[in-house]
Parts: sequence; structure tokens; C-alpha cells
Amino acid sequence: MNRLSAESVTLAYDQRVIAEQLSVEIPDNSFTVIVGPNACGKSTLLRALSRMLKPSTGRVLLDGQVIQSMPAKKVARTLGLLPQSSIAPDGITVGDLVGRGRYPHQGILRQWSTEDERVVQESMRQTGVAELADRYVDELSGGQRQRVWIAMALAQQTPLLLLDEPTTFLDIQHQIDVLDLCAELHEEQGRTLVAVLHDLNHAARYATHLIALREGRIVAEGAPKDIVTAELVEEVFGLRCQVIDDPETGTPLVVPAARKARAGAATGAGEVAATEVS
Amino acid sequence: MKTTNRAVRTPGGLSLRLDVRAFTVVLLLLVAALTASVALIGTGDFPIPAADVLRTLVGEGDAGQEFIVNELRLPRVLVGLLVGASLGLGGALFQSISRNPLGSPDVLGLGQGATAGALTVIVLFSGTAGQVAVGALVGGLVTGLAIYVLAWKRGVHGYRLVLVGIGVSAIVTAVNGYLLTKSDIVDAARAVVWMTGSLDGRDWAQVWPLLGLCAVLVPLVLVNARGLRMMEMGDDVSYALGIRVERVRLLLMVAAVLLTASATAAAGPVSFVALTAPQLARRLTRAPGPNLLASLCMGATLLVAADWLSQRAFGAEQLPVGVVTGVLGGVYLLWLLVTERRAGRI
Repeated sequence: MNRLSAESVTLAYDQRVIAEQLSVEIPDNSFTVIVGPNACGKSTLLRALSRMLKPSTGRVLLDGQVIQSMPAKKVARTLGLLPQSSIAPDGITVGDLVGRGRYPHQGILRQWSTEDERVVQESMRQTGVAELADRYVDELSGGQRQRVWIAMALAQQTPLLLLDEPTTFLDIQHQIDVLDLCAELHEEQGRTLVAVLHDLNHAARYATHLIALREGRIVAEGAPKDIVTAELVEEVFGLRCQVIDDPETGTPLVVPAARKARAGAATGAGEVAATEVS
Repeated sequence: MKTTNRAVRTPGGLSLRLDVRAFTVVLLLLVAALTASVALIGTGDFPIPAADVLRTLVGEGDAGQEFIVNELRLPRVLVGLLVGASLGLGGALFQSISRNPLGSPDVLGLGQGATAGALTVIVLFSGTAGQVAVGALVGGLVTGLAIYVLAWKRGVHGYRLVLVGIGVSAIVTAVNGYLLTKSDIVDAARAVVWMTGSLDGRDWAQVWPLLGLCAVLVPLVLVNARGLRMMEMGDDVSYALGIRVERVRLLLMVAAVLLTASATAAAGPVSFVALTAPQLARRLTRAPGPNLLASLCMGATLLVAADWLSQRAFGAEQLPVGVVTGVLGGVYLLWLLVTERRAGRI
């Protein structure tokens, strides 16, 4: 039995239903990536898995327990989340921000142990922000800032880590940086990672387990090599393409068909909803 | 100034984290508040030197001084300290929860709400001072509740709270104007004095309820301060760190409304202390986070110092303390608006 799973959950914001009767298993020790077109419910699913969103029916299980019924701090020691929206308080330094990731391990009489100190240093070293420790977060570039937030999530020391579009707003070099870091955390530390990614090629290259969502349903899941085909991409994203072997890694590489080749084909299944749910 | 955090650890595994600079600021503000208090006690128609004030406070003054200090002036100063501390802490809580320096009780209309309660008692019932205080407390609480209900949509925060507060404030101000026009001249004069915010004639009857409330609320707030610090990083991050965001927020909002409303009930709507104290405290500590203790001490210092200034400059009974804080705070609000605008946050 896997540590994190959703059992036939219905996910909705107010009256707007995003997914119905959705069941997902996150394989232990995997780097799971959720992909799908805008508004397919991938971020919503991640929010449900991280107990930000309470399913209107069904349940999310963490270590066999309903996640909502577990003590908040206990969940926070098991499952970390890097959300899309986070605010760096005015005048906070990198070291201070990363240190806040230790909150679930602290108490009113145990505010800053040597272990906290060690983990914070370690997290900053892993993400390459150790030399920025005394800098103010608002002075950093977007890529550095994202690394700092990841360092904060790492300092939480959770075996499970969920990342909601960790590469958005980063340039290509920093995107790869962040994904390399994720792969490292997965391979070297055995953490289970779940990420929502926009870029299908990044997903195919880095994921060990891929979940393709469309309109709140799982269309396919498995190792990228086994499931990423031209048919799947057309079904999920409504995009005609070729899938070739990535010359660097041998993983599937999606190459969209040329505009003229696509012009003949009527827009297929992949009408993308105008509103994006994130 | 970079982080000045120091950790204090015991062999038993307990550890406390202390921001040395913030701690020093709190100590200095305490000293300042006490100094201003002694100066204020010594000020009046019968000036008393500071040394005599201190001697009298420890019970070794002569009978005349003892009456003036312990019965007349000490309660007034204590009310000032408690009101200032409550407003400073309440303001810091509101600003932190709304993540906005403008999210202060002054701007949100809690003062006006309390005023409406007080005016209702004065104008419609010609109530006693005690009844007026109760009216103000109820008015403040009802306004706080109204703002919370109206601004509630997946959590109260940001400009939504500020905008709803400004709207509520405008409505209540209109109601207050109506109540004033309905009142006879005696009640109206009494109402206007109350509305300015003043410490005149405050005695031990005002001290005890305030002290009791602070004794309960201040520890309660400080215990939850760590959660509040985390909540400044956004709801999602704080949920992820294991904070029950809605619960902490509701608890702290209620505490902040109670602190502000009871302070207003005791001294009238002393303007702008809740807005300025947290901001000034923050500039001194240079620490991120709500700076709750420093704001509390800053509020107490500001109010007592403003009262001393009003008596010193214009003579007792002439200038209520609310006028001084209003003038200083108004200037500060303008400055804040200009800098926020420059920073592109408005």
C-alpha cells in the first residue's frame, strides 16, 4: 500500500466541480509528475493531496489515515508542499525564511535546536543558496528565490514533497536546475516527489511515474516510456505531434506537428477551457 | 542590519530563540514608557518631582502626595499604558492578519463602531460613564463581527478586509452624525469630548477591567504569535507547515477586536496609535514578523508620551490626548500613503 493516495474524490470550488470520482495512487519513492491541459484539475488534485482542499466526497489517505483527521503538525512532518503562491515577508533574510520550514518540528519550548540549525544549513547547501543566507529574499532573482522556497520545503524534512508548478516563471536554465534538484532529492535521498509541470518534455524526461489528466479524469498513467505516444498527446492536449526518442536521455520527446500539417485537421478533442484552474 | 537571532539552549533539549535587537528594543521601550509615566504623574497643577513620585509609588511619600499620586494620577497613567498597549497589540495583529499596514482598526472603522455604541448610550439613554463604556465595547465588537462576516471569503485578508472596513467605517460615521444631530446640547458636548479620546478623570474603576482583559488576552496572543509569523508567508505555505490557519486567524481577530474595543471603551477612540505603533516598532526592531511585543510597548509609550505632551504644552484638561495622537498619526498616515504609493502597493 502506498503512503499517499486519493480514493474516489470529488473536488470542487464552491459549486464548480473540477473532478469527480477520481482515484490516484502516488507510488512510494517515485518522482510522479502530473500533466494535462490548463484547467484539467492538476493543481486542484495536488491541493487535495496536500489537504489544502477538502474533497466534497471521497477521501485522501496518508499512511492509511484520512489526511483531514490527522494532527496538522504531524501531516506537516510527513508531507511538504511548495505552493504556487507564497509571500516573502518584508525584510526577511534567506536563512530566516528557510529556518521557518522547521516550524512543524518546533514547539514553544523547543524553538531552535542544534538539529534545526543543521537541517537548515544542509537544505541551503543542497539547493545552492548557502552563500545567500544573509541576503534579503526580495533582492534575489526569480530563480534564486524559487531555490530558497524549495530549501524551506526541504528543511521541513518530509519523506513526501509536493510541488505545484515549481518551474513556472523561470528561464530554461533555471527550470532545468530546479528539475535536476528534484531528481537528486528523489534519487539520492529516496524522497517521494509529486510535481505539477506544464512542459510535457520536462515531465517525460524527469518523471518516473507520469499521470496524464484531462477534465478531471486520468487518461493514462505509468512510466513515461510506456505511455507517452502521439495518440495520448492528441487525446490529452488535442495536439498532433510526433513522439521521438530524446537524443540525450532516450525518454519520449514530443515534437508538435508543423502548423501546415495541423491546419487540415479540425480542432480535435482538445478544446482548452478559457478559464484556468490553478 | 542582518539577522540578530540567538538561540539559548539547555542540556535538557529546550531551546529558545531570541532576536537580540528586538529584545533590546522592547526593553528600551519599557524604560521609555515607565519614564514617561513617572513624568506624567509628576505633571499637573501640583507638579511633583520625579524622585518624590517614585518615593510615593513605593509607599513612602507624604499624605498629600500620596492622594494626588495614587488616587488621582496613577490610575490615569495606568489606563493610558493599558489603552496604548492594547491598541499597539491590536493594531499589530490586524496589520499582520491583513498583511497590510492600512489594515488597522482606525482605518477599518472599529473606532467609529465603538463611538456609535457610546453615542447611542449618551444620546438615547443619557447613560452613566460605565454604561457608555459598555456601549462602546458592544459597538466595537458588533463592528468587528460585521467586518469579519462581510469580508469572509476563503479567509479574511488583504485589501478585501481594508475595503470592507472603509465601507463599514463610512456607514457608521453617518450613523454617528445622525445621532449627534438628534442629541441636545449637553449630551452633544459630552459626546464630542468622548469622541476625541481622553484620559481625563480616569480612575481605578477603568483600570481593573482593562488589566483583567489584558492579563488574559496578551498571553493568549503571544502563544499564537509563532503561527501568525508563518501566516505572513501566505495561507498555502502556512497550511503546508501545519498551521490551522482559519482557527488561528479567527482567534487572533477576536482578540484584536476585544483589545481595541475595550481600549476605546476606556479612553474613547484615541486615533492612530493602533496604526502607527506597529509600524514604528517594526522600524526599530528591523525584524520581519508581527513584532507583537515591541508594538505593545510602543503603543503604551506613545499614548503616555502623547498625554504628557498635551498636558505639558497646553495645560491639563485643555487638550485631550486624542488630539495629539490624531495630529501625529495623521501626518504619519500621509507619509505611509506616499511611500506605499511609491512602492507600487496602492
